[in-house]
Amino acid sequence: MMIKKIIFFLILLLSINFSYAAEEKNELLLKYKADNNINNKASLQRGAKYFVNYCSGCHSLKYMRIKTLASDLGIDEESFLMNLNFSDKKIGETMTIAMNSSDAAEWFEAIPPDLSLVSRSKGQDYVFSLLNTYYIDDAKSTGFNNLTYPNTVMPHVLVSLQGEQNVKIDKENNPLGFEILSKGTLNKKEYIELTNDINNFLVYVSEPAKLKRQSIGVWVLIFLFIFSIVAYYTKKEYWNDVK
Amino acid sequence: MDDKNKSTGVISWIDERLPILSFIRNHLTHYYTPKNFNFWYFFGSLAFLILFIQIFTGIFLAMHYKPDANLAFDSVEYIMRDVNLGWLIRYMHSTGASAFFIVIYLHMFRALMYGSYKNPRELLWLFGVFIYIALMAEAFMGYLLPWGQMSYWGAQVIINLFTTIPFIGPELGIWIRGDFAISDPTLTRFFALHIVAVPMVILLLVILHLSALHTVGSNNPDGIEIKKNKDANGIPLDGIPFHPYYTVKDFVGIGVFLFLFALIIFFIPEMGGFFLEHANFIPANPLVTPEHIAPVWYFTPFYSILRAIPDPAYGALAMALSIIVLFFLPWIDKNPVKSIRYRSILFKINLFVFVISFLILGYLGVKAPTPLYNVLALRFSEIYFIFFILSYFYSKPREKIFSYSFSGILIILIVIYDLMRVDSNNYISILISLLIICIFVAFMTLSPIYTNLNREKEVPNRLTP
Amino acid sequence: MSTNNSDNHRRKFLTGTLKFLGGTGTAVTLWPFLSSMSPSSEAKASGAPVKVDISELKNGEKIDLIWRKKPIWIVKRTESMLASINTDEKKYKDAMSENTEQQPEFAKNKYRSLKPEILVLEGVCTHLGCNPAFQLSKNKFFCACHGSSFDLAGKVENGSPAGANLKVPPYRFQDENTIVIGELPKISETKKG
Repeated sequence: MMIKKIIFFLILLLSINFSYAAEEKNELLLKYKADNNINNKASLQRGAKYFVNYCSGCHSLKYMRIKTLASDLGIDEESFLMNLNFSDKKIGETMTIAMNSSDAAEWFEAIPPDLSLVSRSKGQDYVFSLLNTYYIDDAKSTGFNNLTYPNTVMPHVLVSLQGEQNVKIDKENNPLGFEILSKGTLNKKEYIELTNDINNFLVYVSEPAKLKRQSIGVWVLIFLFIFSIVAYYTKKEYWNDVK
Repeated sequence: MDDKNKSTGVISWIDERLPILSFIRNHLTHYYTPKNFNFWYFFGSLAFLILFIQIFTGIFLAMHYKPDANLAFDSVEYIMRDVNLGWLIRYMHSTGASAFFIVIYLHMFRALMYGSYKNPRELLWLFGVFIYIALMAEAFMGYLLPWGQMSYWGAQVIINLFTTIPFIGPELGIWIRGDFAISDPTLTRFFALHIVAVPMVILLLVILHLSALHTVGSNNPDGIEIKKNKDANGIPLDGIPFHPYYTVKDFVGIGVFLFLFALIIFFIPEMGGFFLEHANFIPANPLVTPEHIAPVWYFTPFYSILRAIPDPAYGALAMALSIIVLFFLPWIDKNPVKSIRYRSILFKINLFVFVISFLILGYLGVKAPTPLYNVLALRFSEIYFIFFILSYFYSKPREKIFSYSFSGILIILIVIYDLMRVDSNNYISILISLLIICIFVAFMTLSPIYTNLNREKEVPNRLTP
Repeated sequence: MSTNNSDNHRRKFLTGTLKFLGGTGTAVTLWPFLSSMSPSSEAKASGAPVKVDISELKNGEKIDLIWRKKPIWIVKRTESMLASINTDEKKYKDAMSENTEQQPEFAKNKYRSLKPEILVLEGVCTHLGCNPAFQLSKNKFFCACHGSSFDLAGKVENGSPAGANLKVPPYRFQDENTIVIGELPKISETKKG
């Protein structure tokens, strides 16, 4: 009976791998994994800075309350409002942006989506992967295409940092890797760190509670473990009566 | 001394007006339960606990949730971010929903193993199946409430099933939705049903379920009626009072369950996208269909059965039948031996194959259809129904002629359906899979003639541990 | 079912421990639910300080705004309005603003304000919470619900059902033309003529 239980649970656990609609992700894309260490406050702080600088012109974070962000990241509220507050928001507001949807529809071919939940809906590595897999494509209106999000109309905002790259393909048009065509202001390691920080930041934004829930969880599990042990011995004590 | 009289005073005052003391006596301290309950007997009390958890967390969620198509998605994020410990309450509710189904499936499996649906517990089983269906309705409506992409499109697909009903289908669909497509009216009515109507129905059914149980007494892993052997005082020899023995034992079960529950809530609340689906973190968009619509995992076995038959109406019918057939189980399996412990090897194979098919159908339900998966889905759907057919067959020893006719008819029916759908593309896969199923059916029905795989063991008079 | 003394002791101990753990566990589990009913981050955020631009405020005019779900008045008082304010003990219930719950330290003066010409008050009658009306011609605020009267510094007149002066909220001047409702003046800002 125990074995059946274990088998059932193993099946359940194994199936966790089949999460993000495992369409045929090509080998190359699978290499782009972020470290997803949201406990690294410095990384989150840098990520917040980069996001505000490079992304918040077009992308809102409409569910992220500034006060919560400042407190979770350990940033003083005053200095946050001074340095990271380009939309002139109050501390209690959320990070919405000034661009309205009709303008956006006019300037870009699509409305830049809100990114509050992007890491939860698209995956923990999605943003990292997207920012790293742009390649030159003259056929596109922005001059670039993207392996993670094929045919995106989002321009390669960070091109000046990364430099331009070309994608190498094999005979069947499968991507094999990238080759650098021109250098950006950051070297490869720096760019990966920057995009990783942005990714981390967005993983945090998609679920701020993640920072707390694991630490609370440990205590709950300890308590429940002790409770179960005590319950078990109490049960044995009573069941000594039963022949 | 005075205090004791006082509290007894209060209690006896109440007891004169409402029989609480005799209730406690008849249903707890002097309600005799078989002494050999094992692991499989935890799931009833766990289901009761989860029901309570869902109602309690649901109430507190409803304090902040807004049942309006424009506000719903935002209000859930508000609960996750702004409400104090709102995320915890939300995760308890979402995990609780999945936990409920895991527990219920294990609870039902116990009934299949030990014949708990057989005489005199048929009504108990019927109430149980009604609870299961009510639970599925409750979960389905609850899932629309976050108003994510999967909420919207999942509901769209399922409600469209109702439109396949002949004659009244389309009108019925509009009536359910309150509109021509899923929209605000659908959301608000699902909210009303989810938080008030269906929970009340479930509570009523649970009370009936427990009353029916206490009328006949619990079954047990040996499938023996303990009331048949009583002592001089009329107490079953193999019975022990539910309280304190099973109350204290259930606490162990609750402790272990809550440990696993907390493990998920605090560490893997999404469960890889199975408990909280990724697409549901995108607000519902009637103009964009997600790449891959799948119902939540607990519906996927039935979804597979639905998809296995290409015609929408017949597929929906097959799906409905796969649930309705459960009602008839007490009259399908009439074998007097209740428990797997004393039934034949063939019974065990049948049950094992049934569980495997249920799991595989579930797995296929989350995947996008491919030609191979379609073949597997159909064959395992057939095996699902064959379980019930064979259960009937094993109700008693069968004559040679009966066995041959029976398997012959079954195989012919399967072949007829295959002939209806065979074409130049699929004839190989049909042929191979048909062969496998026919061998299975033949083996299960004809081996009693040539082997003793159908032999049952002698059922003891008294309980074994 | 015989139990000797040590068994019984052990049984009592275990059962007692189990009950204790169960009880504490239940109580602790209850806490998140009770806490969820307290004001959320959003509710608390809407209680944040509000900045008001008074550059367009004319003499004798009143601005209405909401802070923490309460009506706030900002009035530009003229010379004659200021002249109507006195601290006659016989006329007012709390002429010297002794009741410290009704105003911050900086407003415990004749005009109950940081700058005499700018009045900031919570427009909530201290009787039962109605919204008094601004009667410029009579140099007072009058509450129609039960007839309480307040002068142009918010002091409650004798004979009114209300028992306390109108509340002065915390506020400060960010600059000449900007008042921040909900924040107290910094030490450097308190002493103004």
